Amino acid sequence: MIESHLAIANPAVHPGASGAGASAGTLTVLARLLEARTGQQIASSRAWRLDVALKPLLRDREIDTLDQLVDTLLDGSDHGLGDRIIDALVNGESSFFRDQPVFDTIAQALTAIAPDHRGRVWSAGCATGQEPLSLAMMFAEAAGEGSPPELVATDVSEAALARARSGRYNQFEIQRGLPVRRMMRWFDSDGTDWTAKPELTRLIQYRQSNLVTDPAPGGRFDIILCRNVLFYLAAGAKAKVFASLAAALRPGGLLVLGAGETVIGQTDLFMPSTRYRGFYEHTDTKRRIKG
Amino acid sequence: MKTCLVVDDSKVIRKVARHILETLDFQVSEACDGREALDACNASPPDVILLDWNMPVMSGMDFLRALRESNVPTRPKVVFCTTENGMAYIRAAIEAGADEYVMKPFDRDTIESKLQIVGLA
Repeated sequence: MIESHLAIANPAVHPGASGAGASAGTLTVLARLLEARTGQQIASSRAWRLDVALKPLLRDREIDTLDQLVDTLLDGSDHGLGDRIIDALVNGESSFFRDQPVFDTIAQALTAIAPDHRGRVWSAGCATGQEPLSLAMMFAEAAGEGSPPELVATDVSEAALARARSGRYNQFEIQRGLPVRRMMRWFDSDGTDWTAKPELTRLIQYRQSNLVTDPAPGGRFDIILCRNVLFYLAAGAKAKVFASLAAALRPGGLLVLGAGETVIGQTDLFMPSTRYRGFYEHTDTKRRIKG
Repeated sequence: MKTCLVVDDSKVIRKVARHILETLDFQVSEACDGREALDACNASPPDVILLDWNMPVMSGMDFLRALRESNVPTRPKVVFCTTENGMAYIRAAIEAGADEYVMKPFDRDTIESKLQIVGLA
């Protein structure tokens, strides 16, 4: 769904890039802050979007320019400003049941790969929660009175996670990918917003986590979704994330990437699944299962 | 080419919906009320109908009930598209045979998403 991805994208910003007249030094500070916190890089061709992405924050802090924003950041007088800048630069654009066939395959695969234990699924980079909520709806409907799989959802952005935890979506967000019958069953109308029912949100454990620098959630997972996240990472950061995902995935488990992403040429730790098209598994799955 | 009948008494809404649908490769026809829409369906049923609720002559709900009771040879998908956004309205529409529901105002992503859900985009 999902991407707590950048409103901006790779590779590194250069001094001539525009940020609505911001100095090269300001752009460099913002680019380094973002890369240090998230592993994401700012495309030089899209540095102009810094101004767009940070405009609401400038307004909120009553600051006129990006240069002044960075001065305030560097003098340390505004505690938490760095976090707010990261939240503004990370774009949590998402939709429910994004790429529906992926969800159909997950439902099918989980039954096969976790036949004798309660399944565990990790939504890595869950943004504003549409992906884990979609999984939770699907799992709860399939489980009936039984116990649905354990569902962990992480994101680097506290602001995105706060929205995910609230389960509250506006009229445009709620209509992206969510069939009306599921909306009626799992959401309550609240003015023009719609809020996920507690019996749905309680199925998800949300945690703030940086995929590049923080350890994966405890235990191993049968399925990990990390969709439209790796695309925005530098090569070094991507390697760290692949290693972390490989360690967190149970032998025989499946990794799910975004529609335009692949492991081919990116890592030796995963290979395309021969069982589930478009999914990935450990390169040494057969050996590990036998072992 | 897939076909869509846009049923709305607002010329502006019909124009906006037509533009969006044409970018999604639909052949679009229009009707100003439920009666015109029923005539159009009897003549040539479309694949999908984007249907307003409140219209003169025949409302969207009256049209939907008539359509589902009619002998139209195929069963067009019906996507309500209305400012009536309360749960009671949505439930009534689904129970009357609507396949999906768009709450106005809408944008291209919303229309495309709902058409994907009914299997037409």
